[in-house]
Amino acid sequence: MMSRFLLPILVFAIMIPIFIIGLGRNKSELPSPLISAPAPTFALPSLQDANVTVGSDNYNGKVALVNVWATWCAACRTEHAYLMELAGRGDIPIFGLNWRDQRKPALNWLKQLGDPYFVTAYDQDGRVGIDWGVYGAPETFLIGADGTVLFKYISPMTEQVWQEEFLPRIRAAEVGGG
Amino acid sequence: MKRLFLVLFLTGLAGPGHAIDTGQAFDDAEMQARYERIISEVRCLVCQNQSIRDSNVFLASDLRREIRRLLSEGKSDADISEFLVTRYGDFVLYRPPMRGKTLILWVAPFLLIGFGLVVVVRVLRSRMAMPIDDDNEQASA
Repeated sequence: MMSRFLLPILVFAIMIPIFIIGLGRNKSELPSPLISAPAPTFALPSLQDANVTVGSDNYNGKVALVNVWATWCAACRTEHAYLMELAGRGDIPIFGLNWRDQRKPALNWLKQLGDPYFVTAYDQDGRVGIDWGVYGAPETFLIGADGTVLFKYISPMTEQVWQEEFLPRIRAAEVGGG
Repeated sequence: MKRLFLVLFLTGLAGPGHAIDTGQAFDDAEMQARYERIISEVRCLVCQNQSIRDSNVFLASDLRREIRRLLSEGKSDADISEFLVTRYGDFVLYRPPMRGKTLILWVAPFLLIGFGLVVVVRVLRSRMAMPIDDDNEQASA
């Protein structure tokens, strides 16, 4: 009698955890193959001045954030106030990667909302974005002092994300690297 | 009436025909065929159930541009897959390579079929072992 129910119960017991995991994860957030790999190097014109070249050399050897943003991205506007706050605290340099955007509205954006970036690169044709595996702004990469990608966060940055996702990784990298 | 349906049917077929900028990219027919095959097997990451051939999102057109560039540089299909996978992960390919992480994708269908066969065989066996008593029941009723 028991053996009749054993198999269905077993199947049920195996399926349920799979479904729970499947429901819990956000399928549009893809794991980046760049994590723990050296960050792609690049050189691009600066957003502010087309004659000035900026790129990965600007944060070389420093723990830094690379924040991918664009004026067409509504969620970037949402996170901007927090980026201003984070930049104001001076905890970490934020490198801006203006992605698939236009120079004029992008400069206006920084004038109106403030500029949290120590440098902003202008990736007009999205070539560097592709090298970084960018597919939806805003994306924020955490770069270690040795130039590896420690973490990638897709979605607007918040204080909670900074505290829970970024800080522990920065500390772990300091311990591991130092 | 029949003709009207035919017109509607053909119009429906024509829809996908004027797709985005996936027209002639290479003069060489063989290259063009390779290009079309590759872009129909690369997933658009913004609209994840479309290939970059079917999507008009700018990221898809950027990826098509990069693939055209790689092809004209004489890169092989494997090089192009490698280019995409190192940036976006296995998920970007509709046919991911078989390796540790993707093994479950490839073997799961066979495991499930095997499991189904075992169940069917077991059910059939137990049914065959049952006495055929339909006639008796009818007779006693």
